[in-house]
Amino acid sequence: MLKISTAPHFYSPVDTRSIMRDVIIALIPAGLVAVALFGIAALVTMGTAVAGCVLFEYIGSKWWQKTAPATHDLSAVVTGLLLAYNLPCNMPVWMTLLGCFVAISITKTAFGGIGKNLFNPALVGRVFLFISFPVQMTTWVRPHWLDFMNTDVTTSATTLGILKHVDASSSATHLSETLSELPNYTEMFLGYTSGSMGEVSALALLAGFLYLLYRKVISWHIPVYYLGTFFMLTGICWLVTDSPATEPITHLLSGGLLLGAFFMATDYTTSPMSKKGRIIFAVGCGLLTFVIRRYSSYPEGVSFAILIMNSFVPLIDRYAHPRIFGIGRK
Amino acid sequence: MSSIKTFSVGGIHPEKYKNTSHLPIEDAGIPETVYIPVKQHIGAPAKILVKKGDRVKVGTMIADADGIVSADVHSPVSGEVLKVEDVTGEVGYLEKMITIKTEGDEWEETIDRTPELITEISASAEEIVSIIKSAGIVGMGGAGYPTPIKVNLPAGKKVDCIILNGIECEPYLTADDRLMQEKAEQIIIGAKILNRALGIQKAIIAIDENKPAAIEIMQKLTRRYVGVNVVVCQTKYPQGAERQLIAAVTGREVPPGCLPVDVNCLVQNVGTVHAVYEAVQKKKPLIERIVTVSGDDLQSPGNYRVRIGTPASYLIEKAAPLEPPGKIIFGGPMMGKAATNLSAPITKTTSGILLLKENSVLDPQQTACIRCGRCAEICPQGLEPFAITGFVRRGEYQEAKKIHVLDCIECGSCSYICPARIPLTDYCKLAKYEIRKKK
Amino acid sequence: MSELIMANIIVLSLIALAAALILYYTAQKFKTAGNPLADEIMPLLPQANCGACGKAGCQDFANACAHADEQSFARLYCPVGGAKVMNEIAARIGLATPEHEPTVAVLHCNGTCENAPDKVEYIGLQSCRLANRAFVGKTGCPNGCLRLGDCVRNCPFNAIEMDPQTGLPKVNPDKCTSCGACVRICPRGLYEIRPRGKNGVMVYVACSNKQKGAVARKNCKAACIGCMKCAKICPEICVDENLSRIPPSVSAELFGAELAAGCPTGAIIYTGNKGDNNE
Repeated sequence: MLKISTAPHFYSPVDTRSIMRDVIIALIPAGLVAVALFGIAALVTMGTAVAGCVLFEYIGSKWWQKTAPATHDLSAVVTGLLLAYNLPCNMPVWMTLLGCFVAISITKTAFGGIGKNLFNPALVGRVFLFISFPVQMTTWVRPHWLDFMNTDVTTSATTLGILKHVDASSSATHLSETLSELPNYTEMFLGYTSGSMGEVSALALLAGFLYLLYRKVISWHIPVYYLGTFFMLTGICWLVTDSPATEPITHLLSGGLLLGAFFMATDYTTSPMSKKGRIIFAVGCGLLTFVIRRYSSYPEGVSFAILIMNSFVPLIDRYAHPRIFGIGRK
Repeated sequence: MSSIKTFSVGGIHPEKYKNTSHLPIEDAGIPETVYIPVKQHIGAPAKILVKKGDRVKVGTMIADADGIVSADVHSPVSGEVLKVEDVTGEVGYLEKMITIKTEGDEWEETIDRTPELITEISASAEEIVSIIKSAGIVGMGGAGYPTPIKVNLPAGKKVDCIILNGIECEPYLTADDRLMQEKAEQIIIGAKILNRALGIQKAIIAIDENKPAAIEIMQKLTRRYVGVNVVVCQTKYPQGAERQLIAAVTGREVPPGCLPVDVNCLVQNVGTVHAVYEAVQKKKPLIERIVTVSGDDLQSPGNYRVRIGTPASYLIEKAAPLEPPGKIIFGGPMMGKAATNLSAPITKTTSGILLLKENSVLDPQQTACIRCGRCAEICPQGLEPFAITGFVRRGEYQEAKKIHVLDCIECGSCSYICPARIPLTDYCKLAKYEIRKKK
Repeated sequence: MSELIMANIIVLSLIALAAALILYYTAQKFKTAGNPLADEIMPLLPQANCGACGKAGCQDFANACAHADEQSFARLYCPVGGAKVMNEIAARIGLATPEHEPTVAVLHCNGTCENAPDKVEYIGLQSCRLANRAFVGKTGCPNGCLRLGDCVRNCPFNAIEMDPQTGLPKVNPDKCTSCGACVRICPRGLYEIRPRGKNGVMVYVACSNKQKGAVARKNCKAACIGCMKCAKICPEICVDENLSRIPPSVSAELFGAELAAGCPTGAIIYTGNKGDNNE
């Protein structure tokens, strides 16, 4: 029997699943670094988060939305990985699962599933855990290269945490003591610092970002404008105040900024559709990250900045449109 | 080498499948019966001049243009008129057709059948327009807009350059490519004829990068003709769409609701220009065209010179698919129509017949929009198909109109690119249908 | 402490006052002048805002009634309120209550899966309006139902559903309010709003094909072939362009069974009891 359909009769080989697969591939280097530095615990947390997200996605789509299981498109795996990358590697399993529940069931399924959520699921999951369990969320493991049984627990010693202390340091000796704790650029670039397990290595994240660009999964606009805005503001602040607490390169390489700019702010669903809108969104993220890092009591502001800008996306989409062919140009 | 041009907004790069571009044009022969629709163009159907039992020769006028927007139809074969009534067309609807049973191959005496090239243009501007009209020439790229109207400019409008569309951006199709390789000089003379009809000197032949052979031949030949130039365009879909082509070649954008003539351009498909050459220099009406027959697993795909009215099944038999096709497309895979009736005839606007295997027919399952923005990024008209789709799903057609859905050229790029496989083009078509219905 | 309470009371009172003033101002500024007669009619209506009357809601219907003259009032009918509400409205505006016959939407096609088997497979977007432009339809009939359910999706009262057995949409006469959405949406104009008849007994031609009998039959066993048999039974029926139309004035009780039995293709549908039409 002949088949009939409307034109076009051809489709691009890229579909939702292949896009998600590319994002997963792009996230692998950061994951490998995390396992190499923090040991088996990192692998366990990642596995828990991915399994948890897939499970909640399956339950949500099958018994709540009553549709075919939505796990086929792999988006839950991406959410799970991103959530795990935003956690310290020694998170208790039940907390990770709770984070998965908040990320998938509350942030995504309740809003109608993939494409309908207003906020980035992984970030909501992270922020929920961060506010609910501040102690566990700020208890880091010191990195030890290829020590798979690594349990060298420390508290409050991320780069940004140290930078916050700089501001609070009263005497000059105290200040230099604090500054000496800072990792150097190479360590930060390679990831030999403590922090959430996926965010430490700038190199691995950069590799993932370049892969996404190469596969045309994301455009360069959001990361470049985001980082550019943030770098500029911190840079100006640094030049004006001359405080080591605002040294821009350290800021750029530390905390979740790169992870956020490359993988979270570029999330399709929660970023604007048009190029113009994406630039506005990215500049807003950069501005808010700077404000939160500099003026709030939190050392880190990436998740809040992105979530706040997420809420502006519908508004941005309403006003930022592409140029209609034949209008507005000779 | 001059720079490679393209339009600025959007565009996609589908797989090319131009696997017939090296195959010379082959004569398809004359089928036993031909079915000639009286409406192969945009506008009013032609008035039928023959009745059952009449004898016709190749080139005899069998239907006369009815009104200004219409076109003459000529008999592509010699023989006897079997019937003048409704026959099922390619998508299953009945169309008024003249059925002719072929006997021999006897041509009207006025037609010059010699292969010699006639470079001297003796006809005056008025004569050219009337010859084009009486030869029944319509746009052969796909739309089928009667050419005489395009050439006969409305008062107060002027054209400063003719663009010959040799882009053929649809995958698979190679008919125009082969024509440019084999009939390059005829096309150039055709362009000069149109130049004379419009009283201008300039013609541009636009060819896209993936036709190096045609580009080389054309570039070599155009050196001998003043005013005719070749412009190489980037291989990108829909580079061959009229508005996008004008933007690429001249940098001018046709505003919504306007025609190319409003930016002083005239676009003609190379096939049409070749037909103009034959009509003016050889007195031959439009009775045959080049058709690409391509697809999956064909024993002899190719570019065929086909008499108008030849049933598609005749060509399919020639191409000899290894297994019965699962989908047959009249035209290219991006904008062509899926056919229900294989005995439907080739018309003046059929540029290709595409045979797809049963298991290579895609049946994409629609999933949820992930807001990736690809559709808006690649829309050559700068529209936002995702937003239009949202309005159509809620039945808010007037809102869709506000975001310019009527400017959609239905090129199919958004449906092609959508990773969630949402038929965005279909929603745009639906919006246009509803808006026009309400008027 | 008491100062604090006082300050609170004063500040909150001021805010309340300011809010009240803003509310008053906006209420005055954006007040729409209503028709007093429409305001009187409004409470009589069911307030369901269902749109079954063809208006945007009860207020719209009330406005239409208030401005109605004798002719236009005859076209207004609230299916939910029924005759009782219409009588009350008529009394209020001083017009005679028009006679209203209950109506229902009927589909003039009987191209079921069995009568008109699929010849091709359609794999695009499920939309009749789109498919109608793309091709003739799965059955090959250029006038028949495309079976893709635009009417089902666009019925505001969920009165139409797809019958999986026949493949055709089926109107539920109890839910149908004759709003006409299906008439407007069907690209082939297959729906008609027709008097429901006594006890829901109707007789009509379930075919819209105007092709010659032989051509039409090729695609569908139940096609009307314009054989004139029905016209012989009942002279009111006219057959035009190979297609019979039974006007609603033809009594279903009197002729229904005979017409349905006499149709050689089964294009005539009679909704009453066959053979036993005397209640």
